[in-house]
Amino acid sequence: MTAARWRHVILWLTPVVLALLCGMLLLMAVGAPPLEAYGQILQGAFASYAKVADVTAFWVPLLLSASGLLLTFTAGLWNIGIEGQMAMGAIWATAIALHVRLPAIVQVPLEIVAAVVGGALWAMVAAWLRNAANVNEIFSGTALNFLAVNLTTWLVSGPWQPPEGGSVHSTPIFGAHAVIPTIAGLRLSWVALGVAILGFAAAWVALRGTRWGLRLRAMGHSRASAHILGVRVERETVLAMAACGALGGAAGAMRALGTYQSLRPLISGGIGFLALLVVMLSSLRIVWLPFIAFFFAAIITGSQRLNLVMQLDDSLGGVLQGLLVLFALLTGGLRARLETRGAVEASATAASTKPGPTLGQGEAAP
Amino acid sequence: MRVELQQIVKVFGTLRANDDISLTLEPGRIYGLLGENGAGKSTLMKVLSGFLQPTSGRIVVNGTPRLLDTPEQAIRLGIGMLHQDPLDFPPLQVLENFSLGYPGRWVLDRPRLRQRLLDQADVLGFDVDPDAHVDRLTIGERQELEIVRLLALGVELLILDEPTTGISAEQKAHLFRILKRLAHEDGLTVVFVSHKLEEVVSLCDHAYVLRRGQLVGAADMPTETARLVELMFGAPLPPSGRKAPRVGDVTLELQNISVRSHRLCLANVCFEVHAGEVVGLAGLEGSGQSELLRACAGLLEPLSGSITVDGQSVVGAGYHALLRQGIAYLPAGRLEEGLVAGLTIAEHVALVNGNGSPWLDWDRAKAAAKQSIAAFAIQGEPDTPVEALSGGNQQRLALALLPRGLKVLLLEHPTRGLDVASSAWVWRALLERREEGTAIVFTSADLDEIMERSDRIVVLAAGRASQPHDAGSVTVENLGHLIAEVNQ
Repeated sequence: MTAARWRHVILWLTPVVLALLCGMLLLMAVGAPPLEAYGQILQGAFASYAKVADVTAFWVPLLLSASGLLLTFTAGLWNIGIEGQMAMGAIWATAIALHVRLPAIVQVPLEIVAAVVGGALWAMVAAWLRNAANVNEIFSGTALNFLAVNLTTWLVSGPWQPPEGGSVHSTPIFGAHAVIPTIAGLRLSWVALGVAILGFAAAWVALRGTRWGLRLRAMGHSRASAHILGVRVERETVLAMAACGALGGAAGAMRALGTYQSLRPLISGGIGFLALLVVMLSSLRIVWLPFIAFFFAAIITGSQRLNLVMQLDDSLGGVLQGLLVLFALLTGGLRARLETRGAVEASATAASTKPGPTLGQGEAAP
Repeated sequence: MRVELQQIVKVFGTLRANDDISLTLEPGRIYGLLGENGAGKSTLMKVLSGFLQPTSGRIVVNGTPRLLDTPEQAIRLGIGMLHQDPLDFPPLQVLENFSLGYPGRWVLDRPRLRQRLLDQADVLGFDVDPDAHVDRLTIGERQELEIVRLLALGVELLILDEPTTGISAEQKAHLFRILKRLAHEDGLTVVFVSHKLEEVVSLCDHAYVLRRGQLVGAADMPTETARLVELMFGAPLPPSGRKAPRVGDVTLELQNISVRSHRLCLANVCFEVHAGEVVGLAGLEGSGQSELLRACAGLLEPLSGSITVDGQSVVGAGYHALLRQGIAYLPAGRLEEGLVAGLTIAEHVALVNGNGSPWLDWDRAKAAAKQSIAAFAIQGEPDTPVEALSGGNQQRLALALLPRGLKVLLLEHPTRGLDVASSAWVWRALLERREEGTAIVFTSADLDEIMERSDRIVVLAAGRASQPHDAGSVTVENLGHLIAEVNQ
């Protein structure tokens, strides 16, 4: 029992240790003291309330996207288009923010709803292509990401450019009525936090407690069998993609209305792709999503400090995450292998062990 | 090749599928591996062929202990397995499928491989079209392709897992001739996994019997079948009886139905099935039985003609709409399109028992699963993943998942790969449904099963279907003639 538990902990820690070691080698290769760099990342993430708030602000869209992706991954749909869905969410929210003027209490929810609808519709394009023409969502998602990014760039530098003149950097900053109010002195907003928790809870309930979640799991394992057992696979494809797009759209809205208070090219900041890594690392267990997402958010936010303090490129954070995911997938695959091989070798050398209690199954009495 | 299995144990969760099994396989002999469903035959053979790693125990090949981590490693040592459900690549062409796994350099020498394939098929007397797509072959043809492929790879120990269940009598006779020649003349070791006693008796030199994961006996053939039966079941077989049907009104009616699949066109099929009647579709494997069933189930659009259930047309309605109307279909591939590998019994029960509520009640689902397990005598727990169940238990679960009060039940090979007791059990469950007034249409590669279970028999051959014959007026011998008659 305790030995098995230790073994479990060790296997879980292995990828983290390996990723850190690999990162240290990289740091030493560029002549930087690795431990100091890691210390700076930690400080950058947790040294003050403001920093923790920054981490949390980054965590919000990451958790939203990852929650959505978990729905599609469970259904066997590899929704690479999450980046585009985030961008479309941001675009729809921006459209309301720039062109509608209502009291904040109505305006902000309206923007978020628009983002949810925009993201969902964009995701449904991929679902429709899958159903109508059997286009794999990985390919359509890649194309739709490209379209969404270019649409953002065009909007920012064209129709929605600031009145003072051509800027490819952003639309005008939204009015106070149109942005998510932040906590005084911090870049974090209670609204954003609430939306993230709400989105995560919705995904949790959908997967754990509803028939729809079970249907998604069934089709994730076998579309053909699920169809025969009565699951309307095409409808669930649309719904799963739409739900993911909706959460992705909400994530995009958080970026536009909270982080930047404007629309920018590359509004998603790669968070959609990062969310793919979060979901891969979670092995589709929703419990892990908030923790993994927070860990990633801390590394990304914390490594920005490297640039300021140590004149190192802040992409180290991204490198660490990539290594972590690769090592986690690697150890996950190796674990199963080692366990069976160990058992075989043990039994090949030692004398045969007498079987433990046999399965107490009832007699097959018709 | 001499292979020893020593104290093999394989545990799935709480299930000891193989429990301390030791046996020896000598070259030049055909071994029968007998046992009822869930006895651990397939598991043991998957361990021997590198698909599964044993929990403990070892495999000694020609005196050397070996770790068989992968099927590829097993094949390199000369151990190859033909699986119950052929593990090939349906979207590929026959030649491509053959070429995969063929040792060679980077360049694929298609002409040479084609010649190798044709030569090997020729040696075995199999008719193989290298350019056909694998998904358009019947199970029997796919098996032949696998045998050709394994032998071309130099396999010296050939394992066949229930190879006769999906193939015609002629294909079977041919297969047996080939296996005897391979073993007795070429010195191969053949392991023939089956639950069909008469096949083991007619083919094998030696038989091992498994029960509940343990080796319970071995016998040189020929031996008294009664002894084998007792070893297999530990108890005498339950008798199978049946009552005459109480036939009601016409439920299912096919008029001038033509269906086309990749290879065959079945034209102008007309017959009707009454409530409370069992109609068997006889014919050589791949004569259009599946296509006809799938057309009735709404899974395949017929080219022309009409299908009505209780007078209402069902063509074009779609599978799910028909399922709601009480027309159900049980496909042959249990884990490919029947059950969802990866989900548990309870999850399957929850999946099909929609009561309108969007919420899942796990306690109720588990209780319902327990009921199904008890009612259908499934050897498993609510938390058992379906892929850990034996074929017979998977089929029981599939039956348990069907809604009650069906109008029409369409079954493809309902007892394929099942032992006598499980088959009898399945048919008892089906006859109960017949008593409820369900019209049952089924197909089987086993003519005896069609003879025994059908009230009327429709013979399919050469793209046409006969009129239904009363089962009483047909014997296995003249069924062969009927197939020939339809041919003319």
